[in-house]
Amino acid sequence: MGSITLKNVSKVFGAHAVIPSIDLDINDGEFVVFVGPSGCGKSTLLRLIAGLEDVSDGAIVIDGKNATELPPAKRGLSMVFQSYALYPHMSVRANIAFPLKMAGEDKAVIDKKVADAARVLNLTDYLDRKPRQLSGGQRQRVAIGRAIVRQPEAFLFDEPLSNLDAALRVNMRLEISQLHQQLKTTMIYVTHDQVEAMTMADKIVVLNRGRIEQVGSPLDLYHRPDNLFVAGFIGSPKMNFISGSQAAGHQAHTIGIRPEHLVLSKDHGTWQGTVGVAEHLGSDTFLHVNADAIGTLTARVSGDFAVTHGDRVFLTPDPQRLHKFDEKGLAIR
Amino acid sequence: MARNVSTQRKLVTTAIAWTIGILIFFPILWTFLTSFKTEAQAIASPPAFLFFDWTTENYFEVQSRSDYFKHFMNSVVVSFGSTLLGLLIAIPSAWAMAFAPTKRTKDVLMWMLSTKMMPPVGVLVPMYLIFRNTGLLDTRSGLVMVLTLINLPIIIWMLYTYFKEIPGEILEAARMDGASLAKEIIYVLTPMAIPGIASTLLLNIILAWNEAFWTLNLSAAKAAPLTAFIASYSSPEGLFYAKLSAASTMAIAPILILGWFSQKQLVRGLTFGAVK
Repeated sequence: MGSITLKNVSKVFGAHAVIPSIDLDINDGEFVVFVGPSGCGKSTLLRLIAGLEDVSDGAIVIDGKNATELPPAKRGLSMVFQSYALYPHMSVRANIAFPLKMAGEDKAVIDKKVADAARVLNLTDYLDRKPRQLSGGQRQRVAIGRAIVRQPEAFLFDEPLSNLDAALRVNMRLEISQLHQQLKTTMIYVTHDQVEAMTMADKIVVLNRGRIEQVGSPLDLYHRPDNLFVAGFIGSPKMNFISGSQAAGHQAHTIGIRPEHLVLSKDHGTWQGTVGVAEHLGSDTFLHVNADAIGTLTARVSGDFAVTHGDRVFLTPDPQRLHKFDEKGLAIR
Repeated sequence: MARNVSTQRKLVTTAIAWTIGILIFFPILWTFLTSFKTEAQAIASPPAFLFFDWTTENYFEVQSRSDYFKHFMNSVVVSFGSTLLGLLIAIPSAWAMAFAPTKRTKDVLMWMLSTKMMPPVGVLVPMYLIFRNTGLLDTRSGLVMVLTLINLPIIIWMLYTYFKEIPGEILEAARMDGASLAKEIIYVLTPMAIPGIASTLLLNIILAWNEAFWTLNLSAAKAAPLTAFIASYSSPEGLFYAKLSAASTMAIAPILILGWFSQKQLVRGLTFGAVK
């Protein structure tokens, strides 16, 4: 069973507190994504859980046992690294077998488990190759193979897809999600890409400057962001923020409206503006509109809506979808 | 686009390169030629270059006066022994400094290197006394120890530079996979660092083979390596150039051959990390 609990975990490098103090519960079988901008401490947090860094204070409980002082190998976790971190001098077979060999398993057991993992990951034909003879996606699969053979309590993924090209990334994202459904093992996945977070997670942990901004399901975060940071980070294109008199009219310091919740019209609406750039994706069009009174707004409209640079348009926010924030940036509900 | 080099310029550069090469090689060639001369021809003025009575008599003389193979074996034991012992100590040390550095690591590295800057003769007397009092004088084990110690800074520095090139994530992966520190070093780090370890090994065998100060001062008969074998032909009563040359040729031949066959590895070792 792979439940993980962090109690007041902090990490200090010199005088700099990378992670001031974090409490977090991860349930068995959950797919949890740590997301945040670079330098927010998400990788450090993962490394603390893995045991590759020592906590400065607090406790890490894995599966009901205090694991704070345990070395990485004793925590029952497997990790997939951003650079894959395959052993370059070993064949694919030896790479996948390595954790089993370290655990002192029988040769027959190792062979069977390696063959099983290779079949699941479509690596059977590549078992005798060296990592350098594989493509990026195949290498990533080997790294995953090495992680699954041990049947760990939980998997830790540290930005595993950021070295792959866009098309492959979408495929691997799907494969990892399918693997999670198959294995039903706890997974903790670190990424800076909110699309990966939204598409894969059961639970997203949004981090900023070493602090947890919000924890929730992807749709929870999308519909009910706790603060300006989460509102701006989750969702693509970003939420529009408007402050000043327009916000005061809604009894808020700042109001936020997602691009997809702005209704566009050529002849009537709340805010008038000029189309600056129109990005045509086919199915959708993203419009960057210079609204006269409030600055640039991004709107997402159907690809059929004929509009180009320089057109005058009207934008109306859907009042049901308006987010309100106070002067501290916290959501008003 | 490749540079355009005129034929004339090629000829000039080639000539210069050959001249420098021959100048550097000349002493060795001269020693080799002298070893086939008689003592009289060896000191003749003007010297004969190739046209003299070639004789192998010096080699037989040298072999009968001092047993070459005994010294050769001593050299082999001392140079290989000290290098292997040095590697055993240096691999974990370089690991620690490359992958678990503290804020003092750079200072420790500099301090180790600084010991190479001190003239060895400065510690000759205390070293000699320690060797005498512990019964290590004129023993192979004593020479192995002293050569290990004097070459250790270089071995650690070389390995440290190689290890720095190995991504730390791979070692972390090994740790996650359940490898203990020893297994991490044996199964992951060492195989990945084989090219670096090989060139360190070769360079240090050469350094230890050629080391003369300590081997001459701390050995006499039993443990004396080839350096002492050569030195025995330079005596206060006069120099026997032809025999000295024969002894020198015999002493450097093994290491020249080793160097010749491993030059690719050596060059890679010496320029490692320069271009990346």
